Amino acid sequence: MQTYDLEAEGLRGLNSTLQAQRDETNQTSWEIVNPKGSHAIAVGLDAPIEVTVKGSTGYYCAGMNQQATVKVEGSVGPGVAENMMSGQVIVDGDASQYAGATGHGGLLVIKGNASSRCGISMKGIDIVVHGNIGHMSAFMAQAGNLVVCGDAGDALGDSLYEAGLFVRGSVKSLGADCVEKEMRPEHLELLKGLLERAGADARPEEFKRYGSARQLYNFDVDNAAAY
Amino acid sequence: MKDMDDQIPRTLPTQSATFTNPINAEIRRAAATGIYDIRGGGAKRKVPHFDDLLFLGASVSRYPLEGYRERCDTSVVLGTRFAKKPIELDIPITIAGMSFGALSGPAKEALGRGASAAGTSTTTGDGGMTPEERGHSTKLVYQYLPSRYGMNPNDLRKADAIEIVVGQGAKPGGGGMLLGQKISDRVAEMRTLPKGIDQRSACRHPDWTGPDDLEIKILELREITDWQVPIYVKVGATRPYYDTALAVKAGADVVVMDGMQGGTAATQDVFIEHVGLPTLSCIRPAVQALQDLGVHREVQLVISGGIRTGADVAKALALGADAVSIGTAAMVAIGDNDPKWEAEYQKLGTTTGAYDDWHEGQDPAGITTQDPELAARLNPVEAGRKLRNYLKVMTLEAQTIARACGHNHLHNLEPEDLCALTMEAAAMARVPLAGTSWYPGKEGF
Repeated sequence: MQTYDLEAEGLRGLNSTLQAQRDETNQTSWEIVNPKGSHAIAVGLDAPIEVTVKGSTGYYCAGMNQQATVKVEGSVGPGVAENMMSGQVIVDGDASQYAGATGHGGLLVIKGNASSRCGISMKGIDIVVHGNIGHMSAFMAQAGNLVVCGDAGDALGDSLYEAGLFVRGSVKSLGADCVEKEMRPEHLELLKGLLERAGADARPEEFKRYGSARQLYNFDVDNAAAY
Repeated sequence: MKDMDDQIPRTLPTQSATFTNPINAEIRRAAATGIYDIRGGGAKRKVPHFDDLLFLGASVSRYPLEGYRERCDTSVVLGTRFAKKPIELDIPITIAGMSFGALSGPAKEALGRGASAAGTSTTTGDGGMTPEERGHSTKLVYQYLPSRYGMNPNDLRKADAIEIVVGQGAKPGGGGMLLGQKISDRVAEMRTLPKGIDQRSACRHPDWTGPDDLEIKILELREITDWQVPIYVKVGATRPYYDTALAVKAGADVVVMDGMQGGTAATQDVFIEHVGLPTLSCIRPAVQALQDLGVHREVQLVISGGIRTGADVAKALALGADAVSIGTAAMVAIGDNDPKWEAEYQKLGTTTGAYDDWHEGQDPAGITTQDPELAARLNPVEAGRKLRNYLKVMTLEAQTIARACGHNHLHNLEPEDLCALTMEAAAMARVPLAGTSWYPGKEGF
């Protein structure tokens, strides 16, 4: 276990050290102490290492992550795991806005609640939120899956493309072109795997599935009120 | 009786200056279709522009440099503020962001070839970086756009600079549009979208809002790229003084200011013609912001939107820009709207010089299309050579003017070298009306 004191040694040193790790590194386990809400912690990683942040972070923690597993023993600011490509990011606490924004791959787990625009413009990432999510989540979401064990706020999945949305609790309202869809066996299987990987105590049968009605895929003046 | 009627003078038929034939045609088109007009390009309306400025040249008080003997440098370095590796360009004319998707593969290759041969940079666009584009561009600027289509850290690190696109001059406050005809298999895959849909690009970034967030976003991008490459912030010209100041405050190395004549791949005509500022009007406020913050020349200013000639380049630089960027002009140089395709333009209901339905993917010149047969019409080697020639000519023209004004570097051009032909241009460029020492607003309003 390598320990890095962020307050004492600085952000640039931290990220350059972690980014320098390669696939074959022996230093696979890292602990960051004194994060104190700093921004851009552990961004741009690209190695199969495990990084544990001992406390809460600011914006863009684990941004553009590849391969690495980043665990945050606290809450995270806006844009956690934004544009993640692969790997895992696990947050013990809550997440602010834009969690997992534009992510292309990997798994983001929020054990608390996530604020608005969770999974905005997601492009293949899987996101599992143990608690609730805020309004406009999965806005223009293109691919991947957003699983919410609690409730969802207003305008879920507005202008959705091909991402899959699964909510166990209530949905305050659905956004434009987002509809409830049939939960078929393959979806239950997918959900089962995601819940297991995220350590979520929930059964797939308790969820409802939402997706795109695909009515706004090509412009039609008769749909103008929806734009 | 009829003969007498023929002898009575008649009121001539008078066309309305308000309800013109083009306006009436647009009303009829809207009534028939129920949808606004979408097109490519920038503002076509006449606005005060560089043509409304003149250089004064040398005189008794200033002596010129010899055209074929005395050197006039053209180099520029972009990104000197924070980047470890600023971009060094031979000429202060760069190629603006245009996406693979909006443009064909051969067109993007031609832009890379031409820019590289002329010693300047080219820029990606919505949809990400293609290997061909990277391979043919010695200096490539990677656009970081609201859609983040194709965005990944590996390509980010391959870039020579990153341009955070807040807006563009053709549509400040608007997102992009790529209609289904142009969403080919490859474009769809790069953008993680179903084939054939009308693709919308977001109008604002998904994970930051406002200048305070932008500062943190820039920090993140620098951390991911090891502070190696410059970070530009591109804005559509609307509030040039404040946008420039806020970009500087957020940590930009370079500010790119795009006026309303700057082109787009596709958006609503009403947006192009009625939102944003003319390029001429945004340079001095942007320069003023840099000067007020004490960073003029430390944070470089790139101006775009309607740059066509070496005279335009020289005028933009004289007003305080460090470089300019061209998009539409580069497309014309490689063959867009070429008269040789007139018969095909006619079939599309348009004519040479007016063709702007770039979003429909039927470009006879093979530039704004994803149709393999049309795209194959463009020879990227030949088109790249044309772009190189055009860039060289513009540079020579700008040098000619600079020498005539007595300057041994294009960056030594200054507002005092200029006068304006109209009151509007004088006010916007803050240079005297020709033959006077006055411009509107000089003593305040």
